[in-house]
Formats: sequence, C-alpha cells, structure tokens
Amino acid sequence: MSAERPKEEARPRRERVLRILLPIAVLAALILVWHAVVRLYAIPPYVLPGPLLVLSTLMSDRAVLWSSLLVTLATTLEGFLLAGFGGIALAVLFNQSRLIEYSLYPYAVILQVTPIVAIAPLLLIYLPQQAAVLACAWIVAFFPVLANSTLGLNSVDRNLADLFRLYGATRLQVLAELKVPSALPYMLAGLKIAGGLSLIGAVVAEIAAGSAGAGSGLAYRIVESGYRLNIPRMFAALLLLSVSGIAIFFALSLLSHLLLRRWHESALASEV
Amino acid sequence: MTAALVTLSNVGKVFASGVTALERLDLKIQPGEFLALLGPSGCGKSTALRIIAGLAEPSSGRVEWRQPEAQSEKGGIGFVFQEPTLMPWATVAANVRLPLKLMGQGNSAQPRVDAALTRVGLAGFATSYPRELSGGMKMRASIARALVTEPRLLLMDEPFAALDEITRFRLNNDLLAVWEALGKTVVFVTHSVFESVYLAQRVVVMMPRPGRVFTELAIAAPHPRDESFRTSAEYASYCRLVSQALARAMGEHA
Repeated sequence: MSAERPKEEARPRRERVLRILLPIAVLAALILVWHAVVRLYAIPPYVLPGPLLVLSTLMSDRAVLWSSLLVTLATTLEGFLLAGFGGIALAVLFNQSRLIEYSLYPYAVILQVTPIVAIAPLLLIYLPQQAAVLACAWIVAFFPVLANSTLGLNSVDRNLADLFRLYGATRLQVLAELKVPSALPYMLAGLKIAGGLSLIGAVVAEIAAGSAGAGSGLAYRIVESGYRLNIPRMFAALLLLSVSGIAIFFALSLLSHLLLRRWHESALASEV
Repeated sequence: MTAALVTLSNVGKVFASGVTALERLDLKIQPGEFLALLGPSGCGKSTALRIIAGLAEPSSGRVEWRQPEAQSEKGGIGFVFQEPTLMPWATVAANVRLPLKLMGQGNSAQPRVDAALTRVGLAGFATSYPRELSGGMKMRASIARALVTEPRLLLMDEPFAALDEITRFRLNNDLLAVWEALGKTVVFVTHSVFESVYLAQRVVVMMPRPGRVFTELAIAAPHPRDESFRTSAEYASYCRLVSQALARAMGEHA
C-alpha cells in the first residue's frame, strides 16, 4: 500500500503541469490567430473586433459591464440556490413517498423538456421581470439536481440498508445516516450541472426580456449592443459571461472535491 | 444437550420470483457453539442466515428462540456480510460505532468502540477511512462492528471468500481467538470445506435446489486450534469426510 505512493505522485505532477499549460497554450495560439486575421484582412471592428479592442472596451465600459455582471450573477446565484435546495428537497420527498413521486415526477420532466426559450416570454408576461428571470434560471437548473439526487437516494448499498434494519434504525436515521451520505456524490454532480445551467437560464430570460426593451443584466447588454452595432462591447460582455461560467464550474468542482476527497473514488481520480 | 439458542423447524422460503430457496430446513443452533453451514452456491445458506437474523421472513415453518425476547432485542445479533459493507464516508471508528448510534447508545460508545477495534487488531486505525485499508483490514473493521453490541449470536455470510489465502488464514485464526475469548455463538456460512473444518465444532452440509440440510458432521478436534492443526493428519481426515459428504450432497441432486 505504501510502496505505490511515491510512484503515483511523481507521474501526476508532470501531468498536472501539462493539464494547465496545454489549454493556456491553445488559448494563446487562438488569440494570436484572431489578432493576425483581423490585422491581415483589415476587418472593421463592427464585423469582428480584435482581441486588443475587446480588452480595451472591457476596461473603458467597465462601469456598465460590471454592474450588469453583478445583476446576472445575482440572478444566477439565486436561481442556483433555489434549484439546489428545491431539487434536493423534492428528491428527498420523492424518496420518502412513492405516491408523491408518481404524482409529481411527470411534471418535473415536462418542465425540463419544454425549451426554456419558449417559456421565457410567457413568464415575462405573467411575472415581474426579475421574478421571471429567476424562474427561468430555476426551471433550467433544478431538474439535474432532482434527477441526480433521486438516483443517489435510490443507490444505497443493500447490505448497508439491511444492517440499518438489523439495528432497528428509524426512518429518519436511514435517511440522514445512510441515504443522504450515499447520495452526496450524485447530488454534487447534479449541482455541478445546475451551476452552468442556472447561468444559461438567467441569460435566456434576460435576452427574452431584453428584446422587450427592458433589463440590466449582461445578456441584455449583449442584445442592446447588438442593436447599436457596438460589437466590441458585445464581445466584452460575452467574455465576462464565459469567465463567469468557468468560475462557477471551478467553484462547484472545488466544493465537490473538498466534500468527497476523504472517501469517494471520483475525488481520488481528480486529485491528479 | 442444553436447549438450543435458535431452532429452525421445517423452514421454507420461496422468493417472489417463484424460486424455492429453502425447503423443510431443520436446524438447531446450540448456545456457545461454532457452527459452519457448508454447501455449494444456490443451496440457500445465505437465505437461512438472513432468516435467522430476521432480515427475511420464512414462507413456511418456524424460527424459535430459547428466549423469545432475544430475537427482537436490538444488538442481540451481529451480522458480517460477504463484502465489508462499510460506510465509505465514515472513519473506521464511526463505522464501528454505527450499531450503538442506531440503538441510541452513541454517547457512551467510545470505550466499547475502542475495545472492539482492539479485539480485531485495528486499534491504530480508528481515524482511517475504509478506502485506506486493505481488504483484510476492512473485513476486520466489519467484524469489530458486529462485535460492538456484544451480540449473543454472530452470523457470518462467507466473510472471507473474497480474500487471498494468506489473509484468510490469519483472519480464521483471529476469529477463533475472538470466539474462544468471548464465547459467542457463531454461525459461519462458507463454501470452503477446509475453512469449515478448521473453524467449526459442527459442520452442517446443505444441498441445493431446493436448499435443505443433507447431513451434519461433528469436528471433535479440541480448540484452541492453530496452524499445527491445519497441517495435522486429523484435519486432513476430517476434510476428506466433509468433502465426501459434500460430494454426496451434490451428487444426489445431479
């Protein structure tokens, strides 16, 4: 057991460096090509702005973009939290009562399979704008949490369940001590998907709202800049959205790693 | 002979799928004895063990306890599964503490957890997680968990089947030491002739389809037994006897 250790650690170190360096190299190459193409063919900025122009727009428009970013991130976070708590709570409820599961699960699926782009304009009619945007973020994000948590709660080791029965565990003990810990890796996988999706939901709703001429989030800035042919600002806003998505993904991966690193195989693999 | 701790009379088990796992099974478990249930796969050994544990209901027949309250008493039965069946998210100590916690005795558990861990030779591994342990150590933790409630009856379902032979021999010895020290009643399911003869005072040979008792043999060699017993002529002759009985049990079916 101890003899394998040093070898296992030496190889990942090189691999870890490669895993960070290679994507950065690809990014640098792409930016260089982008810059070169814009320069060589003298493409006007209202068709395709160069990377330097996007960067300088990011700086010059930072007041507008920053406040928009905060609005979008706040919506995303609220949608994500609602989806996380709602999805897990509903999964626990489904797990405790077959009748509730049979009654409600089909509607959860229907909510999921109906394209959010089609629902967003309707929600904007019936709800205040901020609530509608939030509802969109929630609808898109909650299903993966629900589906994964349900799967996790049903994936309990049978022998462990027997052991709990042997010692006369109560329903609550089985839930808290056995089912929820067993389901934790699944829940975290669901939350990881939900993080990105709640951003997408927020953006879709903001675009729908933006086409109605109202809004203040980043996606609204993109629509607005499009109308004004302010393409560099479109790119700058898009860049911020991408970076936000990446940050959310890494934050949730880190959370998952911290919670699972002592015991789960998935955390072992990602230790590399 | 004193009154049996548990008596199975005419027990049958038919699964929902229609498969008959047990038919007319009669078995007496004497207090303090080390009993091995030996048989090929599919002879209903594990099902019989689950019925004794109360984890499965017999479809017919009766399971009677000498003291009827003993069966429903929480913690009166320790069960060791074929897999270690540890909670991967909990430390070894937390895994061993689980039965006491579920029984509402979690507060006063620490000395008993320590004692159980020491008993199986895992005293230094209380804060380790199961994945950090070898297969044999996981099984030791599983045995410590079964012992922590100080059960009257210890049921073991092929606990060492997945281990390598060296580890299995060591665990055999350590299990015998635990049994000799604590005087628990042990029912040990196995499909290894050699393991059953080495461990048990009495080997019950079962036959398959449907599962029932074929015959039983007393292994009269005195305990404590050790490696010198494993290499003795006496051990070899018992193994031959039990092997022949097992062959007849399977032959009668085929």
